[in-house]
Amino acid sequence: MSASKRAGGGGSPLWQIRSAIDPRQYWLLALFGLVAPLVAWLVASHLDGTDKVFLPGPADVLARIWSWATDDDLAADVAISTWRVVAGWALSAAIALPLGLFIGSYRAVQALLEPLTDFVRYMPAVAFIPLVMLWVGIEEGSKVAIIFIGTFFQMVLMVAEDVRRVPLAQIEAAQTMGATRSEILEKVIVPSAKPALLDTLRVTMGWAWTYLVVAELVASNSGLGYAVLKAQRFLQTDKIFAGILLIGLIGLLIDQGFRLVHRKAFPYLAGRHR
Amino acid sequence: MTASIDIRDAFKTFGHGPQAIHALEHANLTIRPNEFVTFVGASGCGKSTLLRMIGGLESLSRGSIAVNGQPIAGPGVDRAMVFQHYSLYPWLTVTQNIKFCRQLKAHTRDRTSADVEKAAGRADALIRLMGLSHVADAYPSQLSGGMQQRVAIARALMSRPPILLMDEPFGALDAQTREVMHDLIRHVHRMEGSTIVFVTHDVEEAIYLGQRIVLMAPRPGRIDTLYDVPLPAERHQDMKLAPEFLALKREILERIRETSGMKTDLEQLARLNADVGADAALTTD
Ligand SMILES: Nc1ncnc2c1ncn2[C@@H]1O[C@H](COP(=O)(O)OP(=O)(O)OP(=O)(O)O)[C@@H](O)[C@H]1O
Ligand SMILES: [Mg+2]
Repeated sequence: MSASKRAGGGGSPLWQIRSAIDPRQYWLLALFGLVAPLVAWLVASHLDGTDKVFLPGPADVLARIWSWATDDDLAADVAISTWRVVAGWALSAAIALPLGLFIGSYRAVQALLEPLTDFVRYMPAVAFIPLVMLWVGIEEGSKVAIIFIGTFFQMVLMVAEDVRRVPLAQIEAAQTMGATRSEILEKVIVPSAKPALLDTLRVTMGWAWTYLVVAELVASNSGLGYAVLKAQRFLQTDKIFAGILLIGLIGLLIDQGFRLVHRKAFPYLAGRHR
Repeated sequence: MTASIDIRDAFKTFGHGPQAIHALEHANLTIRPNEFVTFVGASGCGKSTLLRMIGGLESLSRGSIAVNGQPIAGPGVDRAMVFQHYSLYPWLTVTQNIKFCRQLKAHTRDRTSADVEKAAGRADALIRLMGLSHVADAYPSQLSGGMQQRVAIARALMSRPPILLMDEPFGALDAQTREVMHDLIRHVHRMEGSTIVFVTHDVEEAIYLGQRIVLMAPRPGRIDTLYDVPLPAERHQDMKLAPEFLALKREILERIRETSGMKTDLEQLARLNADVGADAALTTD
């Protein structure tokens, strides 16, 4: 009889809560997680009686992406959409980072701005479209504005929360070493919150992409979101699939980019980066 | 460098009205230059609050605290503080953490190249004193809890503070590591000549380290009794078994029990036994 069974463990090490697993196993599982739905899709689309309009197969979608790339200037759509998302997100980061820093650091600023931000963030970005068209017009600015509205308010609150999570002892240690208020912001709060802030930027970048289709509802004639909307009108299901998949793929690439930067920029968190 | 601390009729109340917590009332105490004073007392008696008030991190509701006769207003470079944990900067290496104060205007206002060199020498000396040479370039997350506290102490000492305030700095360490840290901090006290105010809930630690012990009592938080430690200035671990050490330990423990307002151990034990008896009765039925 084995002496004891480890509490909370038992069985395969894979099911040990939070325990590290072999990188090979990790990648195998990740690959399986990605391939399995693909196979399921393939099978479902080949079942008898599956209408192509209802569910196009992977091959149809790939063919559509190919023809989009060769005849329909996919590259331009990708470029303009990426530009819109990144511009809206960057604009919101440019304001949310300093603002969140102050909300998180000063209770007075928090009292003044946080309830308002909390209130606004529940307003649906889509509902702002008429107002944006009225105030910003129907040029590029309007699409950037929608993405901005969709990400900004969440981002401010998350940045403020990241800043509030800086351990008080780190701040007080600096105070007892004679640090001034600006020195505490610059040399303690910002560097301490940086990894969390980069995570917030990564997560909000993902949200910005989800607002792309909404943004391109506004008098667009280009972009991935616009292509999806147009395909919907003509019931080109394969193109809807293609557009959605491409958006997902770009999002995934950007996300991995952020993670790479995180690993490189914060070597002291080695334990957290798998 | 060293300094005296004068606490005059200090009060601290958190909150207002019926919910107000009287964390400290009528605290009076004079701490002499280069004295090593330890604070003990039941949980919630205001030890941390008083220490933080000396450090300038907490305001006084009434009364005053003066350092070398000067009333304090907020934190200052003359009073360094060592916290129980989470106070190191995880993005800086051990050496960078220790030199952190050199980045601050308060420490570099009129610096000459000689000062810079002296500071570098001081950092090196502290790293050696604390036995951190082999981890000088490591990050705090790579160190054990005891090592991390050594870094925190070295960082606090970097600017040669006349006063060192410590709030249960070894509370999270195991017994062996603690003993090593005790001898280390006593060595620091001798070498640096600083005044040390040390909060702990471990009576043995309080006696072994302190020249004087301040016993505090809760509800309302107050200074209850002062004890002079009847041990020579030079201490070693064997003294923990000396009769006068044990007698003082018993006396202090008893007083803490009396003032804590909780049931005595014996009463609690009796209740526990009664409960066990009841449980046994249930299961045998
Ligand atoms: N910021 C605060 N706001 C409200 N009450 C507080 C605050 N800080 C401390 N208190 C209260 O003041 C009293 C004294 O707390 P303090 O932390 O000084 O006790 P302590 O002696 O250090 O206890 P322990 O041994 O548990 O660390 C407690 O009742 C505590 O709840
Ligand atoms: Mg305490």
